[in-house]
Amino acid sequence: MADIQSPVPGTFYHRPSPEDPAFKSTGDSVAVGDTVGLVEVMKSFIEVQAEAAGTFDGYSVDNEAAVSAGDVLATLK
Amino acid sequence: MSIQRLFIANRGEIAVRIVRAAQSLGIHTIQAHSEADTDMLAVRMADQAVCIGPAQAAKSYLDVDRVVQAAMDAGADAVHPGYGFLAESPRFARAIEKAGMIFVGPSADTIERMGDKVSARQAAEAAGVPVVPGSDGRIDDMDHAADLAGQIGYPVMIKASAGGGGRGIRIADTPEDLTKLAPQARQEAQAAFGDGGIYLEKVIPQPRHIEVQIMGDGTDAVHCFERECSLQRRRQKVWEEAPAFDLPEPTREAMCQSAVDLARAVGYRGAGTIEYLYDAAADEFYFIEMNTRIQVEHPVTEMVTGLDLVAMMIRVAGGEPLPVAQSDIHLTGHAIEVRLNAEDPLNKFMPFPGVVGTLVLPESGGIRVDHFLYEGYQIPPFYDSLIGKLIVHAPTREAAIDKMATALEAISINGLKTTIPMHKALAQSPDVRAGRVHTQWLEPWLDAGNLTTDQTGGAS
Repeated sequence: MADIQSPVPGTFYHRPSPEDPAFKSTGDSVAVGDTVGLVEVMKSFIEVQAEAAGTFDGYSVDNEAAVSAGDVLATLK
Repeated sequence: MSIQRLFIANRGEIAVRIVRAAQSLGIHTIQAHSEADTDMLAVRMADQAVCIGPAQAAKSYLDVDRVVQAAMDAGADAVHPGYGFLAESPRFARAIEKAGMIFVGPSADTIERMGDKVSARQAAEAAGVPVVPGSDGRIDDMDHAADLAGQIGYPVMIKASAGGGGRGIRIADTPEDLTKLAPQARQEAQAAFGDGGIYLEKVIPQPRHIEVQIMGDGTDAVHCFERECSLQRRRQKVWEEAPAFDLPEPTREAMCQSAVDLARAVGYRGAGTIEYLYDAAADEFYFIEMNTRIQVEHPVTEMVTGLDLVAMMIRVAGGEPLPVAQSDIHLTGHAIEVRLNAEDPLNKFMPFPGVVGTLVLPESGGIRVDHFLYEGYQIPPFYDSLIGKLIVHAPTREAAIDKMATALEAISINGLKTTIPMHKALAQSPDVRAGRVHTQWLEPWLDAGNLTTDQTGGAS
């Protein structure tokens, strides 16, 4: 069990662009360094990467939700 | 003055600036804000505030219907768009006029005409303003493009006619490059802007960016001299001056006059800026585009002319004729503005939207700070990283740089990382001091490691 936290405050995106599918789906395997989402902060996009390996257990906040630094964005099993 | 109730459809430092200017004219101010901007300074200062939607700009500041409805509901008779957001949206300007309110800016038709690079270039040429040698309008035939590029001379720039902010630009050094890059540019323009139109332009080596501030009342126009904005990172200006340095007087006169000619030719109303590339080696200038709004760097012009440009644009929008004649506008001394962004220049300019701690702002004796900060304010992460501007004014350029260096030491914005360390280093740079800079200078200077914690003391 591991939480993936937001490194910065901003707007969280599940997808690389509105036309693309989400970076990860429940049940996907996740390696260290995999990108699971993007946080838009002041017009810059920061990649959120997994710091541990595991199985993706889902996003904890909605796509395009406002997040604070340290908020849990997704969890791994 | 026909404007009694002004709706401010913007945020941040420019909203504060507009509230101040409007209040100086005795106008009731109605400040728009998103849910994330409830605590911003302009909301506290304005006579009235109205929430226009969620944090995301697309659902608040950029939503034309919502903003127009909010202005109507608040009983506004005019709307000031600031810069960015809807400031150069002809649809917004039209919607405001259709709703019976005044748009503080030029007509929707003028915004539209000057917003399209090809029609803006045609307007400039028609007014006798020199333009960068290039294709006369958009090109769809690639054989024609190759012929033209040969006539202009390589390297040539391929630009999207609907583009902006440097997007979609490619440089072809040879005919082979052009054959390869032109179709790519068309495809990208089509995908990004829904319009695959491209045009060609001569590449000016090491150009300087000089722009002329104009003000019009729909009939007459004046210039308020020029600004030098050559220090840019990722095509964003970071340090601006007025006037331009070492510009031969006949060149300054010709450039400023050409800006007035263009403003008059399009019946311009409000504050506007004509941007030029300046080839210092050849002492030639070329029109590149017109910005149909007040700009971030307007304070340097205010410092050297003593004019209040924002108040003036509100007055002419209200139907008054220009309050000054050209002969009333004089240049006094030299002014420099630096943009203060909530970014960490020592860490790849990573955005840093923190809570403002102790705030020390030097504001006296030719030092001005335009900002929207107060102690305890949480900078929202949803918008631009610009948190303020530090502007200095002194009798000479050298004295202005010295004053900037002193002011940068005196300013303190705790709790945030800002671009102040970069400006401190720039103020010490021999190239900046000697005016040996151009639009391609700053990025290599940063890449060469001229900005380190040691050199700048690591101050925020």
